[in-house]
Amino acid sequence: MLEVQNATKRFGGLIAVNQASLKAVAGSITGLIGPNGAGKTTLFTLISGFETPTEGRVLFQGEDISRDEPHVRARRGIARTFQIVQPFAGLTVAENIAVGAHLRHAKRSDAMARATDVARRVGLGPELDKSASSLTVAGRKRLELARALATEPKLLLLDEVLAGLNPSEIRDIIPVIRAIRDDGVTILMIEHVMQAVMNLCEQVYVLAQGRIIAEGPPAGVCDDPKVIEAYLGVGAAERLKQEKIHA
Amino acid sequence: MTFRDVVPIIVLVALLALVPVFVTANTVLNFLVFTLIIALTAQGWNILGGFGGQFSFGHAAFFGTGAYAAALLQARLGINPWVAFAIGSAAGALVGWGIGYLSFRSGLRGSYFALVTLAFAEVLRILANAAAFTGGAAGVLIKLDVRPENFQFASRGAFFWIALGLVGGVLVLTRWIERSRFGAQLVAVRENEAAAKALGVDTLRVKLGAITLSGAVTAAAGGLYAQYFLYVDANIAYGTWISVEAILAPIIGGLGTVFGPLVGAVALHGLGEITKLAAGTVPGIDLMVFGALLVVAVAFAPDGILGLARRLRRSFQQPGASRHA
Repeated sequence: MLEVQNATKRFGGLIAVNQASLKAVAGSITGLIGPNGAGKTTLFTLISGFETPTEGRVLFQGEDISRDEPHVRARRGIARTFQIVQPFAGLTVAENIAVGAHLRHAKRSDAMARATDVARRVGLGPELDKSASSLTVAGRKRLELARALATEPKLLLLDEVLAGLNPSEIRDIIPVIRAIRDDGVTILMIEHVMQAVMNLCEQVYVLAQGRIIAEGPPAGVCDDPKVIEAYLGVGAAERLKQEKIHA
Repeated sequence: MTFRDVVPIIVLVALLALVPVFVTANTVLNFLVFTLIIALTAQGWNILGGFGGQFSFGHAAFFGTGAYAAALLQARLGINPWVAFAIGSAAGALVGWGIGYLSFRSGLRGSYFALVTLAFAEVLRILANAAAFTGGAAGVLIKLDVRPENFQFASRGAFFWIALGLVGGVLVLTRWIERSRFGAQLVAVRENEAAAKALGVDTLRVKLGAITLSGAVTAAAGGLYAQYFLYVDANIAYGTWISVEAILAPIIGGLGTVFGPLVGAVALHGLGEITKLAAGTVPGIDLMVFGALLVVAVAFAPDGILGLARRLRRSFQQPGASRHA
């Protein structure tokens, strides 16, 4: 479905993403994890088109989309959410979602009907007529998800949709994400909440200092010494192993 | 858009159309025609600024283009005034598209966009003031020849109906925008451009569409002005005064609403006239009222008269609920 080939992004002297490659297989949930500042969100902007890669390519369904504008990629079927939620604050929840639905539905009544459907799916049904600015953090995260979903994407990029939610809210939204996948939408998600990553992802990529340092099923990746060191510092993996032996 | 969406517009326009039947005083009709021209100018601004959130400080560029095109095409080239008027509006659309293409493609937003539009209007004003073709500082006179096929009428009432027809037409156009995909995308651009892009909105195309429509409507107002007063010069047509009028009326009436610009124009100029009558000879007193009204509107009714009315109505219907509105 999606393939990133050796993507590099430089901002002046800073290399945010360095020769990163990853694949998201159709119908799967792929995780992208890594410490803060690793370049995860930058990699997302390369995939969604808000930045173009300095080097390397982004392929979607076999086609090179590296230079396409964001709205063109949305039309192709790539939708993203924002880590820092970006609601249309002056509009109602329904109107927010309808903007996404308008991508595939020209008529306002069709778009609004579609928006209502999507809102119910992500649990925003009762909030449809509320102003987007009156939503709680959890509500805004759901709104991000709903808007992206309303564009009827083939690939959904989720940038920390669970960050800032409490455990019970996370528990509520995990089945929603799984249901989206079961409907045939491929998902690539940045996530720090490991409970969710372990629960949802079939394949996980670990990004640290702009490079992909590990990939594989979540359980294996979490035991990878390189990954542990990326999060906890050099020597941490060895120390943890010693502690386990002594315990 | 359904028929029900335009019913309030039809009712309002029909009621206003009765005015010349009962009022025949030239001063009153004069005032009403002028207010309608301002309302039309402001309606144009509202499409781009109110719905699209792109605040132009230079709508004089479109107003002036419409006015000069209408005047010059008939005075210099002998083209029929009705045709000249239509071409003037089209020219406004073209100028709108041009300014939009140059500034939106370079990613100008907010105050930068405002300043660039102001600059465009000023450049046009200076050019029109200097060029021989436009009559320089002397301006252009349209020959008095009162015939309907000449877009000149013996009665001010006829002119009032034409202005009202145009304002009504743009009310319908604005209602359509409000109910259409284009409008939803335009509002999305206003609220959050990055989010709109992520949802597949071609933000450049949407903004260009808005500024083109906006330019056409405001240029039509300019053409109407030229046809009514039969004279334009650079300081009238491309003057800052009209840019300010175009911004003030929607802000006072209600930004991004269908009736906002009309309500704002009537409120502003109605109050201005009343103070002129009351204060008599104090020069510029109506401008002071403009200023005071703007301060009051921004402080107490940031969503304009229409927004204020909506909030009051809601708080009457369910006392105590207004605090959360």
